[in-house]
Amino acid sequence: MSAKTIVDTNFQLSCPVPLPAKDTILLGHGSGGKLSAELIRDIFLPAFQNPVLARLDDQAIVIVNGQRLAITTDSFVVKPLFFPGGDIGSLAVHGTVNDLAMGGATPLFLSAAFIIEEGFSMDELRRVVNSLRQAAAEAGVQVVTGDTKVVEKGKGDGLFINTTGIGLVPEGVDLSADRARPGDKVLLSGSIGDHGIAILAQREGLEFETEFKTKIQSDSAALHTLVAAMLGATRNIRCMRDPTRGGVSSTLNEIAERSRVGIELEESSLPIHEQVRGACELLGLDPLYVANEGKLIAIVAPESADAVLQAMRRHPLGAEAQIIGTVKKENAGLVTMRTPFGTSRIVDMLAGDQLPRIC
Amino acid sequence: MKYLDEYRDHRIALALAAEIVQRTTRPWVLMEICGGQTHTIMRYGIDELLPRGIEIVHGPGCPVCVTPLEIVDKAITLALRPEVILVSYGDMLRVPGSRSDLFRAKAQGADVRIAYSPIEAVKIAHSNPDRKVVFLAIGFETTAPANAMAAWQARYQGLTNFSMLVSHVLVPPAIRALMVSSSNRVQGFIAPGHVCTVMGCEEYEDLVRDFGVPIVVGGFEPVDILEAVLMLVRQLEARQLGTGEARLENQYVRSVSRQGNAPARQLIAEVFEIADQKWRGIGMIPRSGLRLRKEYAAFDADRVYDLCDLTVDEPAECISAQILQGLRKPTDCPAFGMRCTPENPLGAPMVSSEGACAAYYHYRRHVAAS
Repeated sequence: MSAKTIVDTNFQLSCPVPLPAKDTILLGHGSGGKLSAELIRDIFLPAFQNPVLARLDDQAIVIVNGQRLAITTDSFVVKPLFFPGGDIGSLAVHGTVNDLAMGGATPLFLSAAFIIEEGFSMDELRRVVNSLRQAAAEAGVQVVTGDTKVVEKGKGDGLFINTTGIGLVPEGVDLSADRARPGDKVLLSGSIGDHGIAILAQREGLEFETEFKTKIQSDSAALHTLVAAMLGATRNIRCMRDPTRGGVSSTLNEIAERSRVGIELEESSLPIHEQVRGACELLGLDPLYVANEGKLIAIVAPESADAVLQAMRRHPLGAEAQIIGTVKKENAGLVTMRTPFGTSRIVDMLAGDQLPRIC
Repeated sequence: MKYLDEYRDHRIALALAAEIVQRTTRPWVLMEICGGQTHTIMRYGIDELLPRGIEIVHGPGCPVCVTPLEIVDKAITLALRPEVILVSYGDMLRVPGSRSDLFRAKAQGADVRIAYSPIEAVKIAHSNPDRKVVFLAIGFETTAPANAMAAWQARYQGLTNFSMLVSHVLVPPAIRALMVSSSNRVQGFIAPGHVCTVMGCEEYEDLVRDFGVPIVVGGFEPVDILEAVLMLVRQLEARQLGTGEARLENQYVRSVSRQGNAPARQLIAEVFEIADQKWRGIGMIPRSGLRLRKEYAAFDADRVYDLCDLTVDEPAECISAQILQGLRKPTDCPAFGMRCTPENPLGAPMVSSEGACAAYYHYRRHVAAS
């Protein structure tokens, strides 16, 4: 049989029908991408609907006796528990403090709940608790209540921590993901992808060393003093978010969708450390989707953008801050990026986790 | 970053694009073979930089896209056995089989693990002697050396709990199949640089000779792609004027030699043999795949687990066949971006980041819409 016959007769359409309705939780539902958003929309929002929750910001803001109280909660399941630049204890403080700070709140009090697997090392627990204590002290927040549960061996993965935080929102501060307007500037406080790549490198035993033999460090940090410095420069900030799970891309997509605007990034302005770029190249990952734990994105009115940028750069956690893009009327709901070639591409929200490419 | 930044330099890229515009006097249809090249074209908008007459169509070089449905089904069947640890490259996990995918199998309790290298699967087998480890060994000639090394090591170590579910495809027979097809429109090929890094260029010289078609072995960065297009345009325009013949040229000289990687080729030849192979979206192509040699039968999951009866009929839902042959573009499909999205893919090209449909959807659907 000649190749020609084979090709002409056997070239066939071959694609499967879509998979049946989603009936189980997949890992991707926890990725911070589209699957996570669907889960919240289909299961959680209908059950608890109220105007405070409907804002879908990183924190809820409620009014108690005339005071605006910010509340947030976050669970930490990071593996490995200890990584360059932090551990699950410091992360549990930074994550929750940052979710409060993104609402402009001054963080005040934390709760800490520990779910521990039977057989877990007492020494490691001490190290985690000590790190959590130290991070809270540095952030100026008090851990005022807590809980401990122990689960049978094999029913947990070492240690999970949940922290809940409470803070106060100062007068005149109103930050929310639905406030971005065409013309606004998009500011980023520093290099992206450091946390996710530090975790991945540690977990997979991958070493990405520079000529100085330093490991990639997580950027885990409490951002509320940076936020205070920015709000000190102007109250003309529309929205702040920390691009954690799902990275800068997911955060900007959420803002674009909530504010019904387009967001256009300038590729050449994105701060990315050389080691992170190298690691992402090697693993086939895009740093725009990699998690950060000590960075923030701010949408700022155009006339105040420079003042905010200067205030950020004067703060140690914002030294590498950049204006990375502009809010547009066009392409509402989409994030796009101008490449150095003068072309434009979409920066999409991923369905689930970013998967390493095959080759 | 050395060897990357200079190949992403927009000044060099724009100068190449300007020269392509200057040299092009008539329409040409060019195909890049490899999904990695498709990804670059979409990500950087290379097609926007080219003159209207140059049409870039996307080839079958996405390993995830062309892996037959029954391989995915076999992998899921194996993964659901309690004694099995199924190890796979990451982007196979979301590829839909006929009823499920490996992510869903994992949610049902299957032990499915992602590896960056097949050698990790051998290590898992070594440290889990009471379990059976199956590695889903798919890909083009690029993954073949590492996959061959895994089988070789397993045999060398005398492992009895390691096997591979193999679906390996080869590029030159696919180009041959495209060229003899009556519907072919492609007038020049950008051959896959990484495949040629392993295999060398000789097989492509045969294709140039047999079909009189220009082929340029190309790299994966924007400057690589544009330079490869320029080399093809020069050849095609010269031939039009009667001043040149179709040739094989190597744009990716920093990686590709004529002979390829001799130890890698030797290892592939020792472990695998050439076989007929089914391509998802295309069909059976003679002598276009690799299977384990009989000396390695003990590591062949298809023989160890007797999965041969599992074949699947694939309903005709999407136009991936035409897309993988460069006959149509993803945006020509009525389901594109509507009923077919990365969350709910109708076909494999929408699943893998190297798939043409996913590349259009992720990077360029705003341009397509306007």
